[in-house]
Amino acid sequence: MSNQPNILIIDDEPQICKLLQIALTSNQYKVIECNTAQDGIVKAANYLPDLILLDLGLPDKNGQDVLIEFRTWYHHPIIILSVQKDEENIVKALDNGATDYLVKPFRTGELLARIRSALRNSSQENKEPIINYNTLQIDLINRIVRKENEILKLTTTEYALLVLLIKNEGKVLTHQYLLKEIWGNTFVNETQYLRVFIAQLRKKIEDNPNTPNYIITESGVGYRFIGN
Amino acid sequence: MEKLSGNKRSIQHQFIVSSIIIVVVASISYSLTNFIGYRSVALILLFTVSILATLLDIFPLIYTALLSALIWDYFFIPPKFTFHVESTEDILLLLMYFVIAFVNAILINRIRKAEKESNEKREKEKTIKLYNTLLNSLSHELRTPIATIVGATDALQEQTINLSNEDKTTLVSEISLAALRLNQQVENLLNIQRLEAGFLQLHKDWCDVRELVYHVIQKIEVKNSKHTFNVQISEALPYFKLDYGIMEQVIYNILLNAIIYTKPSIITIKVSKFDFDKIDVAAPDNIPVELVIVIKDEGDGFPENEIDKVFNKFYRLQNTKTGGTGLGLSIVKGFIEAHNGTIKLKNSVAGGAEFTIVIPAETTYINALKNE
Repeated sequence: MSNQPNILIIDDEPQICKLLQIALTSNQYKVIECNTAQDGIVKAANYLPDLILLDLGLPDKNGQDVLIEFRTWYHHPIIILSVQKDEENIVKALDNGATDYLVKPFRTGELLARIRSALRNSSQENKEPIINYNTLQIDLINRIVRKENEILKLTTTEYALLVLLIKNEGKVLTHQYLLKEIWGNTFVNETQYLRVFIAQLRKKIEDNPNTPNYIITESGVGYRFIGN
Repeated sequence: MEKLSGNKRSIQHQFIVSSIIIVVVASISYSLTNFIGYRSVALILLFTVSILATLLDIFPLIYTALLSALIWDYFFIPPKFTFHVESTEDILLLLMYFVIAFVNAILINRIRKAEKESNEKREKEKTIKLYNTLLNSLSHELRTPIATIVGATDALQEQTINLSNEDKTTLVSEISLAALRLNQQVENLLNIQRLEAGFLQLHKDWCDVRELVYHVIQKIEVKNSKHTFNVQISEALPYFKLDYGIMEQVIYNILLNAIIYTKPSIITIKVSKFDFDKIDVAAPDNIPVELVIVIKDEGDGFPENEIDKVFNKFYRLQNTKTGGTGLGLSIVKGFIEAHNGTIKLKNSVAGGAEFTIVIPAETTYINALKNE
């Protein structure tokens, strides 16, 4: 057995499967394919893949239910591929435990980047104490953030928000999740707080806060931290 | 079911109203019998029935005709207060009254039915015409990119054609462009469908309009880097309660239109807040004010006589060569109206097109949080 990550594709469209197979194998991933939810669950249990690509529109079972079922025992990344692009569905899938969500049609490059980031996150749960991204340096032990070697003055909330985003690098965090984690359960609908702190954080860490490179907006869904 | 019971109720209503009208007319006539004689009363009642025939359904109408005849017989034809009729002349009159009232009622009812049918037919023809416009525009808009894809893949697969690497790259990027264009059209059609079917549900949430505008510009810039964007947003702009995704689509469609139809130049986006009292102090939370977005380009503007039509479905300016189903701006209008807002288009003094969007929305200032 080689060390190449195993990826399980669960999608009932032969064309998409073929495309994914070519894109993934040519990038050194090992691919297992299946076309139904039932088959997918069996194969996942047998092969224990490192990542699952799951289509929400499967013929035999509602995709969200499949996702919930997987999450009772499967703890590796699950990336959703779906034609449904409404925010409600995306948020629901993320709440149900999806690691990421890509809307069809997606660019292959984008998919590969999301797969890499999901695998990286799941493999190294414990990050280095000091993280570097381009001009940005985060010292988790001393709770210091530097930009171009200058120490940034972050408030407690700003720092907590930044660390939460960084710990989930590459992953979309929904508004509700961020609000719950930083401000607590009673604040899940107070998105204006989040807007304020994201705007402030961007002003401090981004080169140009209007065209952010680190904290990316996912319209109507949440935010995603992109390291490199 | 609901419709059925509603119909029943309206028919019941008709029975009651027509009874009241006949009784009222009969009472007035009764008080006048000394002046006009009981035979003229028949004409007055007939006249009333004829007028009611234009409004009532068939069963209430027959009932009305019958009721009026009986009232005339009972209260007016001597001997009064009996249904008995003495003179042959009166019997003849009563019979004729019956026949005329019924024939009149039925004929008028038929005419109304025929009219309704012809109206429906006209509506249907209009729909068919609209549908044809849609099909023509659609088949063109969908087939062109499909033709590109099929043609390009054929060329790539054909062993006998010797393609240079450069040619291959061009063909592949053409396929990619065509696919994106197809996707955009599907997106438009789905949006129009959502608007038409009334499926559109807004998910309003606090929006940083500055973030929204720049986010759209980033998306547009991926497609086209030849236009420059001049964004004017005050630092003090509050957050507005809007549907982020929908508003993004609105700005996107307008900007996309601008970059497709104008030569590389500056597109200005100005966002401001309009207070009704015009006092620019921090308003208390949740006071509705208006969000004003002005988007201006430096193109040739729209022909003045066509400005009113640009928001119509499937409408495309005369003599435009670039593709489009003419859905983009009508979606914009639909989305803004879903927010109870308005959009206006005019040609600016400098010549370009100027869209002004005004949306009433809740706002919030939470600058006090800054040092938390």
